[in-house]
Amino acid sequence: MNSTTPAYNNDIVKMFTVAAIFWGLVGFIAGLVLALQLTFPELNLGLEFTTFGRLRPIHTSAVIFAFGGCVLLGTSFHVVQRTCKATLFGGKGLANFVFWGYQVFIVLAAAGYVLGVTQGREYAEPEWFVDLWLTVVWVAYLVIFAGTLIKRNQPHIYVANWFYLAFIVTIAMLHIVNNLAVPVSFVGAKSYSAFSGVQDALIQWWYGHNAVGFFLTAGFLAIMYYFIPKQANRPVYSYRISVIHFWSIVFLYIWAGPHHLHYTALPDWAQTLGMTFSLILWMPSWGGMINGIMTLSGAWDKLRTDPVLRFMIVSVSFYGMSTFEGPLMSIKTVNALSHYTDWTVGHVHSGALGWVAFISFGALYYLVPNLWERSRLYSIKLVSYHFWISTIGIVLYICSMWMAGILQGLMWRAYNEYGALQYSFIETVSELHIYYAIRAFGGFLFVVGAFIMAYNLAKTIQGELRDEVNELDMDEKAKLEEAKQAKAA
Amino acid sequence: MFSKLHKKAEKNSILLLVFVLITISIGGLVEIVPLFFINNTIEKVEGMRPYTPLEQMGRNIYIREGCYGCHSQMIRPFRDETERYGHYSLAAESMYDHPFQWGSKRTGPDLARVGGKYSDEWHREHLINPRTYVPESIMPAYPFLAKKELKADDIEEHLKALRAVGVPYTDEQIANAKQDLLAQTMPDSAEAEFLIKRYGNKVPVANFDNNEEKLTEMDALIAYLQMLGTLVDFQTYKPMPR
Repeated sequence: MNSTTPAYNNDIVKMFTVAAIFWGLVGFIAGLVLALQLTFPELNLGLEFTTFGRLRPIHTSAVIFAFGGCVLLGTSFHVVQRTCKATLFGGKGLANFVFWGYQVFIVLAAAGYVLGVTQGREYAEPEWFVDLWLTVVWVAYLVIFAGTLIKRNQPHIYVANWFYLAFIVTIAMLHIVNNLAVPVSFVGAKSYSAFSGVQDALIQWWYGHNAVGFFLTAGFLAIMYYFIPKQANRPVYSYRISVIHFWSIVFLYIWAGPHHLHYTALPDWAQTLGMTFSLILWMPSWGGMINGIMTLSGAWDKLRTDPVLRFMIVSVSFYGMSTFEGPLMSIKTVNALSHYTDWTVGHVHSGALGWVAFISFGALYYLVPNLWERSRLYSIKLVSYHFWISTIGIVLYICSMWMAGILQGLMWRAYNEYGALQYSFIETVSELHIYYAIRAFGGFLFVVGAFIMAYNLAKTIQGELRDEVNELDMDEKAKLEEAKQAKAA
Repeated sequence: MFSKLHKKAEKNSILLLVFVLITISIGGLVEIVPLFFINNTIEKVEGMRPYTPLEQMGRNIYIREGCYGCHSQMIRPFRDETERYGHYSLAAESMYDHPFQWGSKRTGPDLARVGGKYSDEWHREHLINPRTYVPESIMPAYPFLAKKELKADDIEEHLKALRAVGVPYTDEQIANAKQDLLAQTMPDSAEAEFLIKRYGNKVPVANFDNNEEKLTEMDALIAYLQMLGTLVDFQTYKPMPR
């Protein structure tokens, strides 16, 4: 630290970090419960509050908005201060308002789901009053972020901040338009969407797809552009690719929404546009992936010794895989098979677990020792265990869902020798039992991994160091040894 | 030129913000806005009508329970789907759906045309415990629907809110909403006749939950399920030329 470094607001980043760990565990466990309910329906318990239908938004909101959101808000406050060499605009008060306001949003939304308060729009379930509250919090967030950019003490705005900025303003636009509704009464929870039918469908998937594109992609790409160079101690591979990556992603993603509505009552021209832009998206996505991975060029050996970096690089590889699979599934003839099946669920999770969660884990492992000023994590070995257990979990998850999805899709369209449909619907359901069981086991492994991380990070915060011989230290020792020999020679 | 412009944007947060706003607006504007203005987006069909008060309340329960997480309401124009579920879905069929419930996953079958396919009794028993009729089913059981009284004191407010977002409820329909709500579970009554006069003779009228004592959430949900996909007469429907 030199004398020109201002006193950053680290408390807010710490708060979001702890919240992210907590909500991550909640969201992953909720997912495991749902997976088990699909395997053993008795686990719905016959109670109003514990059915799959009411718990599903708890899982999706907890992982996307609670876990993912806290990671994004926390890292953005960390990154924007350091890359601008400025403290947060608005001071501690506004930052704390955003933290607690966001937590209130999460709790209000989740309580609503259990009680059946929902708009019935996927990934936008919270009712109008929760939406209004989130709008207030989000505007405050934008004010802090943009204000910090404006008062920066650096000539350039660092690339990670472009992505954060695009994420914040696009989410604001999507959130406001998609949630336009008329409440039945100002003292009641229920509202009716301002749009209906086909228009409502496209607006919802314009929102839904860009929640993926800007919340789960642009925001986490910002994390990639800051934390991978930091952890690898290398500059970003190519500035030029970053520029192309940014503007093409921001421009193209918005168009891709209609691929969620292939062969529906949405007009064909809109479907075709959605498919075309989804296919074009493949290229900038892979450009971005290359930019992230190639940041390691000249330092590939770190992948062997640093499991935190391994999390980050594997996450970018998953990003590459799911941004290849996405355009593939947006091709209408492929979508005819994959749509409505578990293939989609598998695709989402290769992105959500492999990309979003892994890059988040990498960032959390970087942040905790940094923020709490520890010499290193409590245990590097445990990071390695977490990495392998989670990776095996993800592989089991996505492979079982590929098989389940393609199998069911083919069974739905199978005809027998008499020209009649070969399978009743329920036959295609009972066939999936084993795949659902494998998926639940994969999810269980992922939860175990997350608990290992939570333990490791908690110990790190407490300031403990596990007495261990780990890869990183061995690497250090080898280097010392080498240096000694060089000196002797 | 681009690199010069970019050099400016990199050093000016407001300029960057404006460029981002322009860039993210284009796709949505081009795709969404025409849907409100191109005439043949929604087909002209015979038979579409707003939901009756009881159906709308049933639809709200469908939404409340998150049925859309596992059931689609959108039949695609494929041979296997039209044979399994019926005529492919038209945009017109969800024109009064605030919000739409097309769904994105079929853990259970499509419900766009489930109306009239099963008896009220089947739905009742199936909702109380799906495994009574379908042993391999993985659907949750909903026994509480049969016990819970339907809360609809504010039904007029619901219809008014729906009218505000474009559903063409008449003043008469709104004024009689409470009566119509009850009437749909009272077959052969004078009130039921008024209901049919107001909403057409395709309205299913029955004591859906087989419980004379109270109007339950089960009544509402089954009333909704039993009308799904039944409104458009496909014997007279001619697809528009593309």
